[in-house]
This record gives sequence, structure tokens and C-alpha cells, in this order.
Amino acid sequence: MAADNSEIRYLTPIAIETKKDKYCRFKKMGITYIDYKDEDFLMRFVNEQGKILPRRLTGTSLKYQRKVGQAIKRSRHLALMPYVADMLK
Amino acid sequence: MTNRYETVFILTPVLSEDQTKETVKKFKDLLKAGSGKVHHEESWGMRKLAYPIQKKSTGFYHLIEFESEPALVAKLETEYRRDERVIRFLTIVMDKHHLAFAEKRRTKRSAKKESVEPTNA
Repeated sequence: MAADNSEIRYLTPIAIETKKDKYCRFKKMGITYIDYKDEDFLMRFVNEQGKILPRRLTGTSLKYQRKVGQAIKRSRHLALMPYVADMLK
Repeated sequence: MTNRYETVFILTPVLSEDQTKETVKKFKDLLKAGSGKVHHEESWGMRKLAYPIQKKSTGFYHLIEFESEPALVAKLETEYRRDERVIRFLTIVMDKHHLAFAEKRRTKRSAKKESVEPTNA
């Protein structure tokens, strides 16, 4: 009987997907107001097409996701951020 | 009962320098006439718009932070709509978080301005 447990050697150790726990950056940094005027900060919550990133990707809590959404819509209204863009980053 | 408001408006770029000043002055006078108090004012100058508005791709941004009766804001906004030089405007009531943030931003900006001033003076 071959060795009962033939270890299977992998060429490269498989990277076990460690669950990186997402945190809400606003709660952690204690930010209470999201300003619609500084669009560089808001650009981080928008993907390449200029669409707002969902909470499951950014990890923000519901309360701050609403504030981010409102701030982005206001800055879009003021043409600080585009409604639709390609290769925004 | 007066509230604190923050309004940002964009003027068309085709205006000459003194026309833009005159327009900004007109709105400030309207606020003063309506017993409003202008707390802070910022001009971001000519900026590129993220998308063209009325076939123009740049605009003159101006921000005014003021305190007034709610009724005055309606008057201000009808004045914005009536004036064809203003291509876009946004008026926001400021809650306590926003107020605290604006205070901090103002000190930071003035600090930055001082640091910039001496170098190029």
C-alpha cells in the first residue's frame, strides 16, 4: 500500500484566501462630514466609468455610504465630477 | 430663525473680469439687502468642467457661506435662474457637522494661504 497519505506537493503553496476584514474608513478615522467640494477624495469611491462603488467593495457602513452617495451626486451636479467617464483614474 | 447656508455657483467663462466681479457683487448685495450675513467667501477662479454645460467646458466657480432667513434663499435662487450669466448653482443648508468642517477648512486654507503668500510676494 503506498504511503497512506501521499502528500501532494504543489509547485507553489496555494494562497489561502485570508478573509481581509473590511472596515469603514469613516468610522475608523472619525470623519463626520463628507465634503462634496473636494473631488479627489470622492474619486476613490467611483470606478473607472464614474459610477459609485458598492458598499461590499469599499466596506463603508450604510450611514456613511449614503453621505458619500449624496456628496458625489452634488459634485456631479456642480460638474466637479463627471456623470459618465471612461478611464477616469 | 436664521440658518447657515453654503451656495456655490458657476458663471459662464465668456464674461470679462469685471463682469464676473460685478455679478458676484450683485448676489452679495442681494443677500445683504435681505438681512442676510455673509460669513465667508471663496473664489475658485476659472476651472475646467467635468462635462460641457451649455456648450462651454470651463466655468468661473464662486462659493458664498452666509446666514439668513429661509425665505431669502428662495429669492436668491429665483435671481440665479433669472440671471443668464449663471449656468449652474447649488445651495445647501449647513448642519453642525458641516459647520465644524467648514471652520476647520477655513483655518487650513488661511494657513495654506499664508504659507503661499510670502514665497511669491
